[in-house]
Amino acid sequence: MTGSRSPFPRSWSDRSFWPVIVGGCVAAFVMVLSPLAAIIWVSFFENKIISFPPTGYTFDWYRAAAAMPQFRDGFFTSLELGLVAMLVSLVIGVPAALVLARGRFPGREAIQSLLLAPLIVPGIVAGAALYMFLIEVELASGVQVAMTFTGLAIAHSLIALPWTVRLVTASLVGLDPQLKEAALTMGAREFTAFRLVTWPLIRPGVVAGALFAFIASFVDLEKSLFLVGPGMTTLPIVIVNYLEWSIDPTIAAVATVQIAIISAGLVLTDRYFKLARAF
Amino acid sequence: MSSILIRDLVKRHGAQVTVDRVSLEIGQGEFVAFLGPSGCGKTTTLRMIAGLTEASAGSIHFGTREVTNLPPYLRDAGLVFQGYALFPHMSVAENVAFGLQMRKVDRAEVRRRVDEALSLVKLAHLAGRLPKELSGGQQQRVALARAIVYKPEVLLLDEPLSALDAKLRTEVRTELRRLQSALGLTTIFVTHDQDEALSVADRIVVMSAGRVEQVGTPREIYQRPATRFVAEFIGLTNLFPGGLEGPGRFRCESGECFSTGSTDVPPNASVLAIRPEHVSLLRDDPAPGGACALAATVEDVIYRGALTEFVVRTASGAKLAAHLQNTDLGRDELRPGDRVIASWPADAPMLF
Repeated sequence: MTGSRSPFPRSWSDRSFWPVIVGGCVAAFVMVLSPLAAIIWVSFFENKIISFPPTGYTFDWYRAAAAMPQFRDGFFTSLELGLVAMLVSLVIGVPAALVLARGRFPGREAIQSLLLAPLIVPGIVAGAALYMFLIEVELASGVQVAMTFTGLAIAHSLIALPWTVRLVTASLVGLDPQLKEAALTMGAREFTAFRLVTWPLIRPGVVAGALFAFIASFVDLEKSLFLVGPGMTTLPIVIVNYLEWSIDPTIAAVATVQIAIISAGLVLTDRYFKLARAF
Repeated sequence: MSSILIRDLVKRHGAQVTVDRVSLEIGQGEFVAFLGPSGCGKTTTLRMIAGLTEASAGSIHFGTREVTNLPPYLRDAGLVFQGYALFPHMSVAENVAFGLQMRKVDRAEVRRRVDEALSLVKLAHLAGRLPKELSGGQQQRVALARAIVYKPEVLLLDEPLSALDAKLRTEVRTELRRLQSALGLTTIFVTHDQDEALSVADRIVVMSAGRVEQVGTPREIYQRPATRFVAEFIGLTNLFPGGLEGPGRFRCESGECFSTGSTDVPPNASVLAIRPEHVSLLRDDPAPGGACALAATVEDVIYRGALTEFVVRTASGAKLAAHLQNTDLGRDELRPGDRVIASWPADAPMLF
């Protein structure tokens, strides 16, 4: 064995570091995964009041959750919002990323920062600001936007946009600009060059961006908090509201469903595009 | 008839001029090398010819057709990029077929011509592979096949050999030249490697700081460099700053006085140049013979196999490089510290 092929500096591949590295990883995994595992476990408990050890296991809480209209409505609202947010973020985010990754023009940095800004502004602040803005719009125009699906859709598009921009930009960064030029010199027009060369190469990044946009929207709590209204509430908010009054395994069952959807989304995303490349 | 005609081509980036009034006429089937250090504007000129960079002023004609403002896809040029720019998601055959498909050539004909182009570069057996499964040399040949398959009016090569190792580079450039002549393609070859330019080109365009310094055959460029830049850039040159002192005599700043020889002497010449291979060294036995000889001491000896490189220092302190072919096996070996007489033929000095 030569050892010189290791991507780590010598000290990292040194065996004496292994316990530290392995220990750190295990600790991190335990910290991240144990609450999730606990929730999933609790969702199958038979006892009505959550206590350990469980007296038995049951699927009843899933049935109960599915029977409650607030959870069902919340779930479908979140699903629809996720899809709308995904579409809007693609329509705006993909062309934006294309221009940002290729062009050198005044204001480029500013636009890039602006598109990624929703990641930096605390969700609750952005939510409140958007709420006040929508109220102002309503006062000026007489059209109600806050507490409607449209209002939520605008908020969720904002949540999703930075992710699409980020992931598509990341996929473009590794793309050799000469590929497009090669296509042009061989006789392809701009659009043909995009369709046959650029698009197939950035498609994984776009798919990943879309899936991530959906997930970001689906899990959002803070930005939506001010914007939901009667009959128009997202799943995370329904969960919070329910928790305020009662704590039983129903909530664990709902959370488990949510976790399953998000995990599926993340795994699928990572298959298309190594998420590590975007951060 | 000229195949490419460039008139006063200029590229400006704001106040900076990267290509400055380049004019050039290239004949049908000619192989022309753009040679210069990096940043001299050779690649920018090539990109303007390909249509990938917009010209700020001037004109470009392919044959009788003006292409100055045409987009690249209407120019009918084949371009081989430095990094090859093969489409990573397409097989070798699909890469080569691309230009034909853009020209709406029918399917059977595409197949036939892709096969033909791949056999030409000896890669027919790898048609189904992806570019990343090929070696650097093979990728280079795919890039070439892809650029010539649609028989472009001009073939443009941007440092096509720079990513290959030295041995392969020599092989590929010979192959490239053979293909180019066989197909009769008018070709522009951008390189910063003088050996490459000297060995493959019909004519060399030496560029520096956005301007054309000299256009000529490899022999003309090497033997009769038009400017000091060309003399210094192509091959090694001993330079002696100084000035003319009466007809036929050049006085160096270091004090020596040389005959200017029989070459054209510019009236305000300030540098005399001599190629190291024109200098011969003899042991300091015979009496110095004329104005072209100089007493010196050997300072450094580098044995290079076919030749030996000497650095000698004259009495006044000027350094002189001399390259001696090792054809005489029994030659008396010179060592550092030996006193020698350096001399050169009367027509060897070049003046700028």
